[in-house]
Amino acid sequence: MTIDLIKQYWQSYLWGSPNHISGLAMTLWLTVTSCVMGFALALPLSVARAAGPSWIRWPIWLFTFVFRGTPLYIQLLIIYSAIYGLDFVRNTPGVGSFFKDALNCTILAFTINTCAYITELLTGAVKATPRGEVEAARSLGLSGISLYLRIVLPSALRRALPAYSNEVILTLHATTLASTVTVSDILKVARDAYAEYYLPLPAFGIAAILYACLSLTFISLFRKAEQKWLRHLPTT
Amino acid sequence: MTGYLQQLLVGIGVTIEVATISLLIAFVLGLIGAAAKLSSNRWFVLAGSAYTTLIRAVPDLVLMLLMYYNAQYLLNAITDWLQQPQIDIDPFLAGISVLGFIYGAYFTETIRGAVKAVPRGQLEAAAAFGLTRWQAFSRILFPQMMRFALPGISNNWQVILKATALVSIINLHEVIYAAQAAIKGSSWPGGAQMFFYLSIAALLYLVLTTLSNFMFGYLEKRYAAGFERMAR
Repeated sequence: MTIDLIKQYWQSYLWGSPNHISGLAMTLWLTVTSCVMGFALALPLSVARAAGPSWIRWPIWLFTFVFRGTPLYIQLLIIYSAIYGLDFVRNTPGVGSFFKDALNCTILAFTINTCAYITELLTGAVKATPRGEVEAARSLGLSGISLYLRIVLPSALRRALPAYSNEVILTLHATTLASTVTVSDILKVARDAYAEYYLPLPAFGIAAILYACLSLTFISLFRKAEQKWLRHLPTT
Repeated sequence: MTGYLQQLLVGIGVTIEVATISLLIAFVLGLIGAAAKLSSNRWFVLAGSAYTTLIRAVPDLVLMLLMYYNAQYLLNAITDWLQQPQIDIDPFLAGISVLGFIYGAYFTETIRGAVKAVPRGQLEAAAAFGLTRWQAFSRILFPQMMRFALPGISNNWQVILKATALVSIINLHEVIYAAQAAIKGSSWPGGAQMFFYLSIAALLYLVLTTLSNFMFGYLEKRYAAGFERMAR
């Protein structure tokens, strides 16, 4: 029985088929797109929150407060079910078809959620920039955007690297929620396999092993990155 | 509508209950795990490391389904063998044991780090004063360890609180379950019922996380009594 399950489902667990990507490939796609887009959005937001005027700081604070203070599962349900449930959303062309697609909704939810967490940790890193670095930059005539692009951000991003790697692992783990809204990630394949064969140990065990391998791969990649970019920092 | 709102409040009560009991289980497991990882016995260290590494590498939802369905599967096998009717696992019991077991791994790391942050001299002094091992633990190590552990505990608590949202997937009647029941039973103009009830559920969570932030801020201040505040 277990052999049958593996024979039938191994390809779905790993990559599915060219016109229906599933399993590991889908999980990786969800993780990478939401982490990249979340990071790209968080970068300007964190600078604005650390150094912007107060009318721009408090809406960003409110955004991170709400999205970090509520479970991602509820956020996903609101974006996937509740927004599409509204008549005016469903009847607006373009918007309706966007929210109808489960994959769009999950990527949107994961992106916003991880963006809130990354904004918070990058804000901390920007604020922790040593005064001396900024003063030295100003004394050399750097200001405004070039001060941030050349001095503050490169050093803040390096300092944020350990926390960022943590956030990527958390996002990887959070992508399992996609299975609850019909997106065929690793866990969805496992649930399908379980429903067909009623063998919980191989069905979910394979999924657990795949996720563990992914987590450990990400962790070792980030450790290498830290060794490269944080070499100048004293080791503790 | 007020009936549904009442159910939502009952649901958030279940959420608080599940989160609190899971936290206690996780904390105790964390103490045991930290003791194992800090012990001088090679096998205890190995078991502790396996626990923290494996559990933290696998997503909580996967572990939850893995443990829940396997426990039910084994239980069915046993009742079949004894020719007894099927017993369904209580979702509440399943929720607290699974969450407690998973977050015990995170607590192990938190507590291990905090114990290592307490200066060795403190325990040596306790031994020099003739304190027993239990006295040294409960009067010297634990109170000082808590100061270092509190930020981690506060973080873990927030994660557990939000992870309780997942136990509706294994049929526990907590706040999201109540919200979904309310959605099924009502129909609003413009299809807004889903938006309304899910937002209320989100708001209830937001209140909980905010309140616990304040509570942990207070606790951190208490356990920091006698220490200088870090310069800001």
